[in-house]
Amino acid sequence: MSLETAVAAPKSGSGAGAAKTPAGKAAPRLWGRLKAIALASVVPLCLLFLWDFMVRRTGTRLIPPPSGVATMMWDFAFGGIYDDAYSGSLPIHFWKSVQRVYGGFFLATATGIPLGLMLGRIPLLRALLDPMLSLLRPVPVTAWLPLSMIFFGLGPKSAIFLVFLGAFYPIMLNTVFGVRSVDPRLFEAAEMLGCRGSQMFRAVVLPAALPSIFNGLRLGAGFAWILIVVGEMTGVPEGLGAVIMDGRTLSRTDLVITGMIIIGVTGYVSDRILLSLNNYFLRWSPQHNA
Amino acid sequence: MLDTPVTPTTSALPILRVSGLHKEFPSSNGMVEALRGVSITINKGEFICLLGASGCGKSTLLRIIAGFEKSTRGSVTVYGAEVDSPGPDRGMVFQDYALFPWLTVRDNISFGPRQRGVPTPTVVKETERFLDMVGLTSFADRYPHQLSGGMKQRVAIARVLANDTDILLMDEPFGALDALTRSKLQEELIAIWKATKLTVIFVTHSVEEAVLLADQIVVMTAGPGRIDCQIKVDLPRPRDVSSPEFNALRRDVTRRLTSHVSGGRSIAATADS
Repeated sequence: MSLETAVAAPKSGSGAGAAKTPAGKAAPRLWGRLKAIALASVVPLCLLFLWDFMVRRTGTRLIPPPSGVATMMWDFAFGGIYDDAYSGSLPIHFWKSVQRVYGGFFLATATGIPLGLMLGRIPLLRALLDPMLSLLRPVPVTAWLPLSMIFFGLGPKSAIFLVFLGAFYPIMLNTVFGVRSVDPRLFEAAEMLGCRGSQMFRAVVLPAALPSIFNGLRLGAGFAWILIVVGEMTGVPEGLGAVIMDGRTLSRTDLVITGMIIIGVTGYVSDRILLSLNNYFLRWSPQHNA
Repeated sequence: MLDTPVTPTTSALPILRVSGLHKEFPSSNGMVEALRGVSITINKGEFICLLGASGCGKSTLLRIIAGFEKSTRGSVTVYGAEVDSPGPDRGMVFQDYALFPWLTVRDNISFGPRQRGVPTPTVVKETERFLDMVGLTSFADRYPHQLSGGMKQRVAIARVLANDTDILLMDEPFGALDALTRSKLQEELIAIWKATKLTVIFVTHSVEEAVLLADQIVVMTAGPGRIDCQIKVDLPRPRDVSSPEFNALRRDVTRRLTSHVSGGRSIAATADS
C-alpha cells in the first residue's frame, strides 16, 4: 500500500522521487504491517472468547465451543480423531467446491466482460438486450434452483449454473458502467491516431473500463462463494456446501461451523488474489490501487 | 503592419481548404448558429493561429477540421480530398492532453503507428526519435499520472508527431499550464515546427500567444462565429515579446478583436494573458 503512494507522490516530475528504493523505510513498514494485523485480530479474538463464554455459561449442547470446532476442523482436514465419513475429507470437498466456484466464475467472466463491452459501445445491442437482462436481474438466484435442476439435472452442472448466474450480473453490469464512463476524448484521440472499428475494443475500451471491470470481478467472486452453498443443495455428494447441508441434517453444528469458516477464509484469500491482480493491472491508476 | 486580407503567395502549396462552412447546433431554445460562411485556405508549412473570444466557434472549426464533428454545410478538404472523419493526417493536441492513462509515455507515443500496423522496428526507432525531440527519454517508462502538465502536453505532441501527421491541430494546448511552462513549450513548439516543417493550426484566445507563434492570425468573431480578418505576422523569429514592433502589433490585433465586442471587456481581459 505504502509503495503505491510513494510512486504516485512526485507529481512535479522532478524525476528522482519515484526511483528511490524503499530500503530505509523497511523497518517502519514492517511495524505498520504488524500493527495492522494486531488491530484486525482484536474483534475475531473477542468474538471467540464471547462464543466460548456463552457456550459454557448457557450449557447448550446445540452449539459446540470453539475448541470443539477446532477439533472438528483438524479431523476434517487430517482425520484420526472421529474416524467417521468426514474425517480427512476436506481436500476432496474443498477441491470440488473450488472447481464449481471458479467454473461458474470463469464462465461468468468469459460471457460478462465481452457482452458488457459490446452493450456499452453498441446502442443497437443495448436496445435489444438491456430490457430483457434488466427484467431477469431482480429474480433471486435461489429462485432458479428448481429450473436449473430440470435443465442440468442433479449434480455439479446445476451448481455451476447457479454460481454463474450470481456472478454474471455484477461482472456484466460493472463492465457496461466502465465502458459508458470512459472519457469520450480518449475515443477521439484514438480515432485521430488511426484506431479503427474493432481495434478500439482492445486498444481503448477494454483498458479504460478495466478499473470498473475489476470491481465487477471482485463482487462476482464474492457472490460465487456465497452461492456455492445454494448450488450444492442440488444433491451433489461432495463440496463444502454439501457438507454444511449434511451437518444441518445430522445436527452436527461443529461440521456446519467448520464449513462456514473454511468458505470464509477461502473467499477472503480469493479476494486478496483478485486484489493483487487488480493492483498489478491498474498500476497506472493511483486511485484504483487499493 | 496590418494587411488584410492576405492573399497566399503563388508559390505556396495549399494543404487545407475550408470553404463556405456553416455549423448549427440544436439547443433547448432552437438552433444555434456556431459558424457562418467560414472559408480559409492554409498552405503547407504555415503556422496559423485561430484567435477569438470564447464562443466565437474557433474550437468548433478546429473540431470540424479534425473530423470529430460534421458541418451543416460547406466542405473541408486536405490535398483536395474531402474530410468526413478523424484521420492520422490531422493530428490533434487537446487542452486536457487526452493521453491514455494505462500506457507509459513510450507506449502513448507509439500508439498511433502500432494501431496502423507500422512494422515494429520502424515504430521503435521513430518513438525514440520523438521521445528525444520532446526531451522525455528519461521519462519513457512513466505513466501519465506521474507527469506534470507540461510533460503531458509534450507527450501529446510527440504522440501526434510520431504518427507522421501532415497537419498539427492544437486546441488551446497551453491554456492549462502555468506561465513559465507555457512560454517554454511555445519555444519548443516553434523549434519542432521548424524541424518538422509541419502545418500547424493553433487555437488560442491569447493575443500575445498568437502574435508570438503565428505566420498568420485568423481573427474570429462571435454570434455567429465567422472570420473577421486574416493578419500576416512577418516579425522575424525568434520573436522578442518586449520589442516595440511586437507590442505595436499586439496592440493592433487587440484593437481589431475588441472592436467587435460590445464594450470590449471580455477581450481586454484575455488579451493580456
